[in-house]
Order: sequence, then structure tokens, then C-alpha cells
Amino acid sequence: MNLNMTLIGELIAFIVFVIFCMKYVWPPIIGAIEARQATIADGLAASDRAAKDLELAQEKATAQLKDAKAQAASIVEAAKKREAQIVEEAAVKAQAEKEKILASGHAEIETERNQAKEELRQQVAILAVTGAEKILERSIDAAAHSDILDKLVAEL
Amino acid sequence: MSSGAEITSQEYIKHHLTNLSVGEGFMTVHIDTLGWSVFLGLVFIMLFRSVAKKASTGVPGKLQCAVEMIVEFVDDSVKSTFHGKNPVIAPLALTIFVWVLLMNAMDWVPVDLIPRIFELFGVHYMKAVPTTDPNMTFALALGVFALIIYYSIKVKGIGGFIKELTTQPFGHWSLYPVNFILEMVTLLARPLSLALRLFGNLYAGELIFLLIATIGLFQLPVHFLWAAFHLLVIPLQAFIFMMLTILYLSLAHEDH
Repeated sequence: MNLNMTLIGELIAFIVFVIFCMKYVWPPIIGAIEARQATIADGLAASDRAAKDLELAQEKATAQLKDAKAQAASIVEAAKKREAQIVEEAAVKAQAEKEKILASGHAEIETERNQAKEELRQQVAILAVTGAEKILERSIDAAAHSDILDKLVAEL
Repeated sequence: MSSGAEITSQEYIKHHLTNLSVGEGFMTVHIDTLGWSVFLGLVFIMLFRSVAKKASTGVPGKLQCAVEMIVEFVDDSVKSTFHGKNPVIAPLALTIFVWVLLMNAMDWVPVDLIPRIFELFGVHYMKAVPTTDPNMTFALALGVFALIIYYSIKVKGIGGFIKELTTQPFGHWSLYPVNFILEMVTLLARPLSLALRLFGNLYAGELIFLLIATIGLFQLPVHFLWAAFHLLVIPLQAFIFMMLTILYLSLAHEDH
């Protein structure tokens, strides 16, 4: 082994190379690498977030669909109920109408009957007076005895 | 094979393991080691700088992808071992890893190719794998060692550093000199083992390549096998050097 001035020369070359590498080579390259790593990490995080968002959106959509279905079902249910109600109500109304019509018919018949009765009474009264006149052979003062006749009529 | 027919395999190997050098004694400079290492260092710096200049945070190009792969690999290695904040360690680890890897990779170049090309221009010695030169590996190890000392003192203070060297593993004051010797051995073993491991592995690998080159026609399959084996050795040694650098520096940051 012969160590000599070459060693000093190599040492100087070594120092120069290391300093140059430290100043002009290492920082830009490692900077570019780290910047790219950050970009990639960001991208991956964003895609992760997007995937999560998508999952969330899908879940939301499913929930909404379920809700909508339930709502539709409930609407149909309500409609059916309402239909039954309307039918029932119509039936009840019709029944009531029928009863009203019947009642009014009865009432009319009643008044007509009463009227007929009244007429009949009056005619019977007249008939009775005429009959009595004929029986007594004399004229009876209709005005003086009308209270008796009225009582008679009321008793009919 | 080598140039002259009369050259023995021993001379051949010796010739290939001789550096192109100028100067005498300690003032010797290995032109080939220095030249190739600086060239490969520039390849690393230019390549990575060109990517760094155009670095986009969007979709990267193919070259940027490749460079970023290496940078991220080094960054992960640093982060898994060193937990503090230090702007030097990661670029240091990157420089060591890529530079050592490139220098080790010169081992794959057929052992005669580069020397023969240079011989055409009248250059007779050319050792193209810088990490087979202990000067190279020791330079790296000493650079790391200097940082170990620097950060030890910076984090723990000079008193804390001395305390760490003397008060453990034995707690009693009379054993402090023994502690100091033990801790010094541990401390000094770090750069030594860093340098010698890399040098030893690559030098041995190069030597075997040269030995294989002397056995004639059979060298082709054997050479292939050895080169394939170096698919493991070359990146592994670069990785070990980087990992141990990170480890030693993170130990220097630990305050007891």
C-alpha cells in the first residue's frame, strides 16, 4: 500500500462533489419527489373522500326511495280509506235523504188528511145543522148555537 | 492478453496493478486513479444535476424516474438509520453510493480494454478502477471520519466527546485510561475498516480478473462467471460503504 498525494487529491474531489451534491443536486430532486408524494397523497385522499361521498349518496338515495315507496303506499292506503269513507258517507246521506223524503211525505199526507178531516167535520156540522133544522122544523139561530155545534164538530 | 509475447503472467499482473503516476515518494500522484474518479464523479454530478434542473413535480420522465429511484432509495436508507435533522448526511450518502458504485463498475470493463487503448497513445500504465487504489478508499473514509469527529464534537461538545471516550464501558475512574484505549480503537477502526473493506474487495476482484485473463481461451466462461458474481459485489460494496457512513454519523449524533 502506498498512500501518497493522491489521497489528498481524492479527498478534495470528494469534498467538492459532496458540497455540490448538497447544494445543487439533492434539494431539487428530493423537493420534487416530496411535492409529488404530497400531490399523490392528496389525490388518493380525494378519491377516498369521493368514494365515501358516493356511498353516502347511494345510501341516501336508497333511503329516499324507501321513503317514497312508503309514502306512496300510505297515500294509496289513505285514498282507499277515503274512498270507503266517501261511499259510507254517501250511503249515510242517501239514507238521511230517504228518511227526510219519507218524513216530508208522511207530513204532507198528514196535513192532507187533517184538511180532509176538517172539511169533513165542517160538512158533517152543516149536515147536522141541516138535519137538526129539519128535525125541529124550525130555524135555529145558527149564530146563537154555533158554540154547541163547534163542540159537536170537535167531538167528531 | 498483454502486449509482448515474452511477458510472463506474473509480470502481466504486476503491470496491470501499477498506477500511472508522477512524482516521487509521498508526493506521488496517481494520475489514473485521480482522473477516472474525477471523471466518474463528474458523470454522477452532471447526470443528477441535469435531472435536478428539470425536476418536475408532475409526471416524471424516464431518466428522472431512474434518478429519483436512487435518490429515494438513499433517502429511505438514511431515514431508517438516522433520525435527527442534518442536511449533510443524505447528500453525502448519495454521493458516496453513486460515486463508489460507478468506480466499482469500472471493474466490469474487460481488464485489458482501457490499458490497451491508452497504450496506443503511449501511456504504459493504466489502472482504471479507482477503488482498487487505497488512496481512493482512504480519502473517502477519512472524509467520513472527519465528519464523525466534527459532529461528535458539535453535538456533544468537546467535553462530552472526551467523556464518551473515557467513561465507558467501565464506570470507575481508575479504568478511564483503559476505556480511552478501547474507545480509541473503536473510533479508529471505523475509517480503517471502511477503507480497507472497499479496497480489499475490489482489489481482490480485480486481481482475480487478471488471473482469469492469463489462462488462455478458457477465460471467457470463467470471466463471465466472475463478472456475474460482481453483479453482487459491486453494488453491495457501494451500499455497505454508504450504510456504514450513515450509521457512524448517526452514532456520532447520539448523546449519552
